[in-house]
Amino acid sequence: MKFVDEYRDPAAARTILSHITELAQDGHYKFMEVCGGHTHTIYKHGIENVLPETVELVHGPGCPVCVIPMGRVDDAIAVAETPGVIFTSFGDMMRVPGGNGNLLEAKARGADVRMVYSPLDALRIAIANPDKQVIFFAVGFETTAPSTAVTLLKAREKGVANFSLFCNHVTIVPPLKAILESPDLRLNGFLGPGHVSTVIGQRPYRFVPKTYNLPLVTAGFEPLDILQAILMLLRQIDEGRCEVENQYTRAVPEQGNQKALEVINTVFELRPHFEWRGLGFISQSALKLREEFAPWDAELKFSVPGVRVADPKACQCGEVLKGVIKPWECKVFGTACTPETPIGTCMVSSEGACAAYYNYGRFTKHQTVPVELTRTPQPA
Amino acid sequence: MCLGIPGQIVEIVDPADQRATVDVDGVRREVNVGLVMGDAGGIKVGDWVLIHVGFAMTKIDEEEAASTLDFIKQLGRIYDDEMRDFSAEAPL
Repeated sequence: MKFVDEYRDPAAARTILSHITELAQDGHYKFMEVCGGHTHTIYKHGIENVLPETVELVHGPGCPVCVIPMGRVDDAIAVAETPGVIFTSFGDMMRVPGGNGNLLEAKARGADVRMVYSPLDALRIAIANPDKQVIFFAVGFETTAPSTAVTLLKAREKGVANFSLFCNHVTIVPPLKAILESPDLRLNGFLGPGHVSTVIGQRPYRFVPKTYNLPLVTAGFEPLDILQAILMLLRQIDEGRCEVENQYTRAVPEQGNQKALEVINTVFELRPHFEWRGLGFISQSALKLREEFAPWDAELKFSVPGVRVADPKACQCGEVLKGVIKPWECKVFGTACTPETPIGTCMVSSEGACAAYYNYGRFTKHQTVPVELTRTPQPA
Repeated sequence: MCLGIPGQIVEIVDPADQRATVDVDGVRREVNVGLVMGDAGGIKVGDWVLIHVGFAMTKIDEEEAASTLDFIKQLGRIYDDEMRDFSAEAPL
């Protein structure tokens, strides 16, 4: 691990922390980390416990599996149970509960549901099974939307007519706007997401300083990256600046990946509105296929119920996704809701905030001892 | 899925079809490199890339690749799930 040590250097961390403490001594600063990967770093390394009390981190909606509403899972199951269909999905989506169970249960009932690593695998299944209709459950932010787009362009190029997409791609900027408009939460800045930014670049975040007068710093995933990004946010506030800054220049180019953005634009257009778990309907926040791709649109080819399903009463994923409560403040966290028997999406997806807390044994704000997944959690 | 996993290009299989073999932590698989072929310097054997769902999305350097792999390995289940899916054959 010749490269990693410099990102974990305790002396460097102490230096940054002392600057953070100094700048944050007057006031209270609440920063949202948008990306589920950052949430993991923060809990794995106990960053919340070393920060001064005046700096609070709240988790955002940046887990693509977590934000899919229950009704869409039911729609997926309805399509999967259509005779003559092979329904393909990423592994993470298979266990996400809808109002009518999950895709694994549909498979157990006899539906032909297959787990794939890549949308290209779904296309290969379609080519190998010309007598079946093969549907790909497309989910994810701008990190996965280009892959779906390229796959669809290949399907068209090769004339694969028995392949279609059940499209649930979402975009990262509209939920940030929704959170900023929400009266529940007052933020002082954002840690911008890591890998989504490698695709979209820095420009789409400019509305944060421009419209909401808040700073945003795109951050890497090492503990020192997070600390440094927090310091950059505090420096901006201290110096009266308000900008989009990039701490993660190692991977995030200013302009993003132009080719990836181009294929997204070729294949998709914005939906007028889309429901997000916990955030409700957000206008122009999700992607659908352009009209010229209608022959590959599962929502047009199959009967999709499109019924809105309310989240279970006990589940507080909505509040967790908006950063209003911490996972351990949810009534069912670690008791009725665990990674083995998840009630909410934030516990299902390994990228979710609740799964992060659970995996690192965070059942209260200050508990730091990791527990193993197989052990029953002991409330502190 | 949303977190990219770093891999090194070990073979350009078919440039016209944008296919290359990558090595992720000792496991090899074919991925699509069409979205990074236009980057400065193109894409060649030995390059490091961040991979999402079978597509190389960003070129990175060796140092960043090591750091990202180490980060994802520490996540336990995320790494296990990713590598299980990455090494799986398409269920044709």
